[in-house]
Amino acid sequence: MSRRYDSRTTIFSPEGRLYQVEYALEAISHAGTALGILAQDGIVLAAERKVTSKLLEQDTSAEKLYILNDNMICAVAGMTADANILINYARQAAQRYLLTYNEDIPCEQLVRRLCDLKQGYTQHGGLRPFGVSFIYAGWDPQRQFQLYQSNPSGNYGGWKATSVGANNASAQSLLKQDYKEECDLKEACGLAVKVLSKTMDSTKLSSEKIEFATVGKTKSGKIYHHLWGADEIDALLKEHGLAKAEDAEREE
Amino acid sequence: MEVLLGITGKDFTIVAASKAAMRGATILKASDDKTRELNSHSLMAFSGEAGDTVQFAEFIQANIQLYSMRNSMELSPSATASFVRGELARALRSRRPYTVNLLLGGYDKIADKPTLYWIDYLASSAPVPYAAHGYAQYYCLSLLDKHHHPDIDFERGMKILRMCTEELKRRLPIDFKGVTVKVITKDGIREVEYEDDVKVVVP
Repeated sequence: MSRRYDSRTTIFSPEGRLYQVEYALEAISHAGTALGILAQDGIVLAAERKVTSKLLEQDTSAEKLYILNDNMICAVAGMTADANILINYARQAAQRYLLTYNEDIPCEQLVRRLCDLKQGYTQHGGLRPFGVSFIYAGWDPQRQFQLYQSNPSGNYGGWKATSVGANNASAQSLLKQDYKEECDLKEACGLAVKVLSKTMDSTKLSSEKIEFATVGKTKSGKIYHHLWGADEIDALLKEHGLAKAEDAEREE
Repeated sequence: MEVLLGITGKDFTIVAASKAAMRGATILKASDDKTRELNSHSLMAFSGEAGDTVQFAEFIQANIQLYSMRNSMELSPSATASFVRGELARALRSRRPYTVNLLLGGYDKIADKPTLYWIDYLASSAPVPYAAHGYAQYYCLSLLDKHHHPDIDFERGMKILRMCTEELKRRLPIDFKGVTVKVITKDGIREVEYEDDVKVVVP
């Protein structure tokens, strides 16, 4: 039955659904988990990186966390190749705004620009939708720190803490349970590793398996974003007792 | 002989523009409004080639209002100035550039500060504490240099404006028919009654 309605992205099924969009969402729910937590003084993004082979070069680049512009970063869940296209588009949009107005694009506007593009692929025919969900973390003078999430349908929303990818339902309920509205960035980082450690398959985490990034404010009031290095992630894991034991590492 | 003046103070920006619409040496109208409200907290005053001025100002006004509608937030005065400068610079390199000089008065609600931008037809833009365009520059900048201070109150600002317009009446060879005065504060834009028929004697 559904055969007649899945081949085109733009055709509604008799139940009023768009199958290709739903399949894209399904694809994302198998991707590595990514989550974001909004704190009083910043935002943390964390993502699970699926290690496919020991031979794969690990430290070449960030796979799941990307910088969009001076005050915004994002986490990706889904097809990385599709994400690259969207991230390039977002970076160009942000720079174009900077060129015309000489100030950074407000976060929601950038999110909306991306979602308008994503929406286009659910309506204008023949092509498949982008198989990516994003979590965006950013700051603008109007609304301070903000966290957004978007999906292949082109819907987006603002969140205090959210997650996408594999096990996102359990991650979401853990976040709901433990999120405190008045938490600071340090506490949010703690919560992020805690949730990740529970939702990921392996019990012990390491810097090879996760990526971490924060947006915050320096003492002088400047906004920074920071993709964490392996040593910083390991230090955080150690602090929360989630790091792989030294001897266990040697055994491997 | 068009007059544009702008003065900022501790919590306001005053923008004044002459009321005479002129063609050559003839005054066609004595109640011309050379300003346009771009959004609730920024006002643009313009002078230059007749036709170009209103066309350009209303083009900018429409774009700024479109931005407000699309994004349900207002463009800040500094972003507005950058946009206006960009459009002027683009036009300048086209086949028929706009010959328009502008003053952009505003109030930045986020920084909680009054702003004033001086922009000319060659697309120079500068944030300034006080400004004048055209012949008014020769007569008023010295007065403003002497009397202006960043944290003057509104009454003092109006007094300085009075000094400027009296000096212009005294020295400009053509009557500019007085000025319309508008003030931008944190509460928005309002027009101020301005007495224009004071006799000014030339020494």
